Amino acid sequence: MKFIHYLENISGISIYPMISLLIFFVFFACLLWYVLRTDKNYFKNIEQLPLEK
Amino acid sequence: MVCLCNYGLGISRNVSWIAIAAFQLVFPELNFNLAQTTFGRIRPVHTNAIIFAFVGNGIFMGVYYSLQRLCKARMFSDMLSKIHFWGWQLIIVLAAVSLLAGLTTGKEYAELEWPIDILITLIWVVFGWNMFGTIIKRRERHLYVAIWFYIATFVTVAVLHIVNSIELPYSMFKSYSWYAGMQDALVQWWYGHNAVAFFLTTPYLGLMYYFLPKAAERPVYSYRLSIIHFWALIFLYIWAGPHHLLYTSLPDWAQSLGVVFSVMLIAPSWGGMINGLLTLRGVWDKVREDVVLKFMVVAITAYGMATFEGPMLSFKNINAIAHFTDWIVAHVHIGALGWNGFLTFGVLYWLIPRIFKTNLYSKSMANTHFWLGTLGILLYAIPMYWAGWTQSLMWKEFTPDGTLKYQFLETVVQLKPFYLLRSIGGTLYLGGAILMVVNLVKTIKSGKALDNEEAEAAPLTENYVPEHKEHWHRWIERKPVQLLVLSLVVILIGGAVEFIPSFLIKSNVPTISSVKPYTPLELQGRDIYVREGCYTCHSQMVRPFRSETARYGEYSKAGEFVYDHPFQWGSKRTGPDLAREGTQKIRKPNAWHFNHMYEPSSISPGSIMPRYPWLFENDLDIDITEAKIKAMQTLGVPYEKGYEKIANEDLMAQANLIVEDLKKENIKAMPQKEIIALIAYLQRLGTDISGEPNTTN
Repeated sequence: MKFIHYLENISGISIYPMISLLIFFVFFACLLWYVLRTDKNYFKNIEQLPLEK
Repeated sequence: MVCLCNYGLGISRNVSWIAIAAFQLVFPELNFNLAQTTFGRIRPVHTNAIIFAFVGNGIFMGVYYSLQRLCKARMFSDMLSKIHFWGWQLIIVLAAVSLLAGLTTGKEYAELEWPIDILITLIWVVFGWNMFGTIIKRRERHLYVAIWFYIATFVTVAVLHIVNSIELPYSMFKSYSWYAGMQDALVQWWYGHNAVAFFLTTPYLGLMYYFLPKAAERPVYSYRLSIIHFWALIFLYIWAGPHHLLYTSLPDWAQSLGVVFSVMLIAPSWGGMINGLLTLRGVWDKVREDVVLKFMVVAITAYGMATFEGPMLSFKNINAIAHFTDWIVAHVHIGALGWNGFLTFGVLYWLIPRIFKTNLYSKSMANTHFWLGTLGILLYAIPMYWAGWTQSLMWKEFTPDGTLKYQFLETVVQLKPFYLLRSIGGTLYLGGAILMVVNLVKTIKSGKALDNEEAEAAPLTENYVPEHKEHWHRWIERKPVQLLVLSLVVILIGGAVEFIPSFLIKSNVPTISSVKPYTPLELQGRDIYVREGCYTCHSQMVRPFRSETARYGEYSKAGEFVYDHPFQWGSKRTGPDLAREGTQKIRKPNAWHFNHMYEPSSISPGSIMPRYPWLFENDLDIDITEAKIKAMQTLGVPYEKGYEKIANEDLMAQANLIVEDLKKENIKAMPQKEIIALIAYLQRLGTDISGEPNTTN
């Protein structure tokens, strides 16, 4: 009943941390690229949303 | 709207558990010698009430109000709103009743038993269904950042709750955790930490991003920062769970991973705090006048303090001092009382007068509440910080000739004044909350509920043409399902990387051949240990420090816990560690345990441990032994086939041996009483790897 047996045969498990680091880096690089490039006026409109009556 | 107010009022009734548990640690008489009022059962009610009742209701209140306005659409279904509201209140009542009755899984903050776990899942789905229905029919193209936090909360809490609650029922109301020992600990603290992250933090950040600009009448300081805040926070938080298990038997790599991600968490957390506080740029003069802003500013400051302290506590050298002490209690109360409590109060003071189209009944009462609450937090936290250091330093102090300077009990007695001060702090805070309830009830009475506010905008056009070329992130911002899926992927990465290797690589839990399953009597005793919430005050984890091995014996190994469903490592040492309770070094006679459980202070003068007289009256339920052994077999515990049928014979034989031993000390006891099973379990603890005989002498 222990699912350890089903997972035991996954090969190359050691690559997990490297993949996650890469995902992490790429994701944040893209995110930073996006927020820094986006037009200020666009954000100005959105941030007013809670204040609209 | 009425539903909304009920949420508001529902919040306050749950705060009163605060004071009871706190005073019990100074005056053990307040346990009243009753099972249902003893600290080990009250404490889970307290933590569950704060998390699920107080904060849960706070979240739903804020979400129901802000979501409709941010989406410019009414809630998807009033029926689902009602089912959600009443279902959640039912869960709260069932939680309180079942925990006081001793029905607990024994896993902190996830103590509720399997039928309630299923109910929580169903009601959570209703909440999500209603929320997504509303988001999908919204009349505002853009999803404001608060909604992102709500979506991430929904999806992550669902994952956390389901994964950590996988358990095998063996009766109508009882179950064993599917995981054992180290793996159970890892899953539990992945859950426990992320309950803080995704129940106490992300939804409240959503509330902050909506209600703070509302109250300050200014937009958030930087929307850019809020986007980074959101993704960075949910990405990092999910990894940080293992920092609750530093220096335990968890593999080193997992501990290090927890530390690294916890330290990185400072960045998004403080990004959020700065974003909140700078929203008030140019209107700080309002903070002097407006009680709503006062509460919010202290809340955000408390958030900043707690999220600075958290990563600091994750450093192994600081954790070595703080873990298992009252420092952690201080830390979580900065978060719960300061961040969650004060933000909720601020929102309530802002919201209730608006719903009832009137003014707040008394500003001065609200101001008094603010000061009572603030002083209450200080009076609570400062003594607890002091107590934490005192406790830790006393535990670790050696005499010049190399022996431990203090008995454990001496450290407990030393802390009583701090516990008393803390109780007074908690009472002040509670007093403030009661004042608020009076104030809000008077406010409600002076107004008339606005059941429906026209907040709907015109429907959106079907074919959306962006004004200019869009960045990829806008594709996510406009689409709730994409946001949900991406949030899910982001949080699953962290969970998968931590879990899969720990379940996979055998070397992570080295097998120890001398570790054997519990005998039926010990297993029954263990279940009593869990039922009475012994883990709320006693750890079962000797860390590899000289001060601990000198006090308790050999440090704990992962392989010792492979049959522990659930693990009972604990998180707090109000009493001493019990991992090696049965070993030669600290073993006490059966008679000692017998007398100690009946009247702890008769054996240990000054002890604050409650009495457990009912264990001497209650008969052990041996009809359930078969089901328990069967469940354990299903979970992989190697009892021989068919053993469940004869387990009770062994149980009675072992019980009789203990009774005979007690007789030598002139104690008349009956073998079928619960106390005998508990003694058997306590005498077994830690003996597996020491090669000592157990239980009978």
